[in-house]
Amino acid sequence: MKQILEGSQAIALTVNLCRPEVVSAYPITPQTHIVEDLAKMDADGKSDFEFVRAESEFSAASIVLGASAAGSRVYTATSSQGLLLMTEVVYNIAGLGLPVVMTCANRAIGAPINIWNDQQDAYSVRDSGWIMLFAKNFQEAVDLHILAYKIAESVSLPVIVNVDGFIITHTMEEVDIPNEKLIKRFLLEIKRENILDVKNPKTFGSLVTPSDYQEMRLELHEKIKNQKSKIKHEMGKFKNIFGRKLDIVSEYKTKDADTVFVITGAIYGTVMEAVNSLRKKGKKVGAVHLGMLRPFPDEDILKALANKKKIIVLNRAISLGAEGILTTEIKKALYGKCKAKIQGEIIGLGGRDVTVEEIVGLVK
Amino acid sequence: MKNNPYKNKTLFYPGHTACAGCGQNLTARHIINTLGPNTIVVNATGCLEVTTTKYGESAWGVPYIHSLFENPAAVASGILAAMKFKFKILNLKFKMPNIVVFAGDGATFDIGFGLLSGMFERGDNILYVCFDNEGYQNTGAQASGSSPLGTDTTTTPHGKKSIGALQTKKNMVAFAVSQGAVYVATSTAAYPKDIEAKTIEALKYNGPKYIQILVPCVPGWGIESNKTVEVARLAATTGFYPILEIIEGKITKVLKTSAQKPGIEEYLKLQKRYEHLFENANGKKVIAQLQSICDQNIAAYGLCPTCEEHEVLMQYREINK
Amino acid sequence: MQKQNFLNHDLPAGSLKNKTGVWRNFYPVVDKTKCINCAICEMYCPEGCILQKTKNYKLKANEAKSYYEADLDYCKGCGICPEVCPVKCIKMETEK
Repeated sequence: MKQILEGSQAIALTVNLCRPEVVSAYPITPQTHIVEDLAKMDADGKSDFEFVRAESEFSAASIVLGASAAGSRVYTATSSQGLLLMTEVVYNIAGLGLPVVMTCANRAIGAPINIWNDQQDAYSVRDSGWIMLFAKNFQEAVDLHILAYKIAESVSLPVIVNVDGFIITHTMEEVDIPNEKLIKRFLLEIKRENILDVKNPKTFGSLVTPSDYQEMRLELHEKIKNQKSKIKHEMGKFKNIFGRKLDIVSEYKTKDADTVFVITGAIYGTVMEAVNSLRKKGKKVGAVHLGMLRPFPDEDILKALANKKKIIVLNRAISLGAEGILTTEIKKALYGKCKAKIQGEIIGLGGRDVTVEEIVGLVK
Repeated sequence: MKNNPYKNKTLFYPGHTACAGCGQNLTARHIINTLGPNTIVVNATGCLEVTTTKYGESAWGVPYIHSLFENPAAVASGILAAMKFKFKILNLKFKMPNIVVFAGDGATFDIGFGLLSGMFERGDNILYVCFDNEGYQNTGAQASGSSPLGTDTTTTPHGKKSIGALQTKKNMVAFAVSQGAVYVATSTAAYPKDIEAKTIEALKYNGPKYIQILVPCVPGWGIESNKTVEVARLAATTGFYPILEIIEGKITKVLKTSAQKPGIEEYLKLQKRYEHLFENANGKKVIAQLQSICDQNIAAYGLCPTCEEHEVLMQYREINK
Repeated sequence: MQKQNFLNHDLPAGSLKNKTGVWRNFYPVVDKTKCINCAICEMYCPEGCILQKTKNYKLKANEAKSYYEADLDYCKGCGICPEVCPVKCIKMETEK
């Protein structure tokens, strides 16, 4: 049903309709409204999840880890400093193969402290073994959470859904919150395992020595890489049930473009406007949104960018001392396979407003 | 496994790689066998975890999870929430399993302190057992918040300018009581039957329960492997490690010692980690301070009924405010 | 979906494969005739590998029917059992 909602509220309503069983999160700007909305639903009896108040993000992530191990569908959310604090648990969840779904309301990382939007937090955990999705608009911020549960529980891997802090969480737009019956149908066939079952005792979190560790990690690595087709398949099923198309890589006016922008996240909207503006001036430009950072969709990126002359990568996160992280990721995908000139730009750090003019100005 | 004499007899199997004479694994075996198969164990990183969960060689016969060093209290809270959901909303019929945390003093007194506080605050029905070997023994005997005054550890070594650890032992028992833990108790590895009885008693109460057990560490304390039980007994009979049971803030039981109770030297001299205290005047001063801790404990908790008359305080909070 | 070769968990009792008896330098020997079947040694064994066995000889009057003996597959030779035995019927011998 279409409503005008604040982004955080839309996410909270959607997550609640996915019927999580245990929710635990620690407040941090700009994720706070999501957690507050869920707490209010709990207080008003509009939900049946166990809401466990945590005294830190480390604790919140550990609580959902335990609940997930006991077979519950779980949810947590964080940003920035909170994601960094729970990083140890984030790696632990991936290594244990638990289907945790987490929202990251992307925010800059201190020092200096800054509560506004960039994606340094998300990129800082890209190596941890989580499937990483980025919402390019309001509607995707809703839809990707439903998709996240389906993927996470089908393949026993955790999924992080990145939504740009303030841009999505604190603005209001018209959005469709899908009907609960449809969500139930989409999530229906998943069977979650209780791995802590007294009738069938198992030991989790073993000590693994050099003789086995490398193989186990490489196996996890391969498992994550191999999910691309499964994720596309689920995106197809999503379209069948909800009528909306989700893409790992979205393209805008790229077919005849010489120059293409690449970005993750909601500033894609501004980039599309810049493309329109440049097209009016006769420049053949296009834009690509990378909706999934991990597993990295090499083939899809290659397909979208291989025959371009220039690629302008718009980074919302830097590897300090090297370059914009997305630039490196794109270069890696195209290495040896593409003659395009790759230009890395860093934009919108710490909530700096990104204007159409700024993006237009990047095309000489 | 054919002719397995341990099948159906224990939930904690031999073949674990603890040191010969390990006080911790001895105690863990008694607790898990008392709790029974309807139990989920959440274990912090540490000696117990490392010696019992080498991949392919698990010593556990109950569902077990090891996540990280500092978070077993939170992981246990999550498991509890999942069980509550199954019970209340999914209406699954099952007997609620005991959820027990096994964590060392490093995990409990130091790095996991905040998460334990969160568990107390939430009032979760979880039994938290701290195996107290007074240091980070698994990583080579470094000091923890539990290491008593004068202890030689690798990060508080004795030397020309040092008598060992300068801090006094953090009082986690007082902390647990102050946070409203409904059942709080201490014991040592010398009293397995006491530990079993306290485990059973704890389960009668709903809410967070904290049992702290002194477990000698053969290499970390520098004791002979056959002295584990004797050292654990002396810790109690000297009054150095008072054995108490505190229910809803009131002291209900204490382990009494006799008027001929051993002096603290009897306990210290069996351990290499205290031998430096016998070498010089500064060390002897520390021994006197440790003896006065024993005397204060005996007085405050009424551990020696045939000793001099005094008013024994039964409210734990009064003693420890 | 790719088949996992490694399970994400481990199964109970795998530790029994690890015969820790090879660690020891000393091992306990019980004088069955003196054992009163009190089980104190079993209680204090850190390995939990002291097992109750039935005596297979003619018992004296009032002699206990069973006795306790360490399973040498796992006994690490710590020496606690002779320390705690109330009738001192356990002795530590040296491994050859």
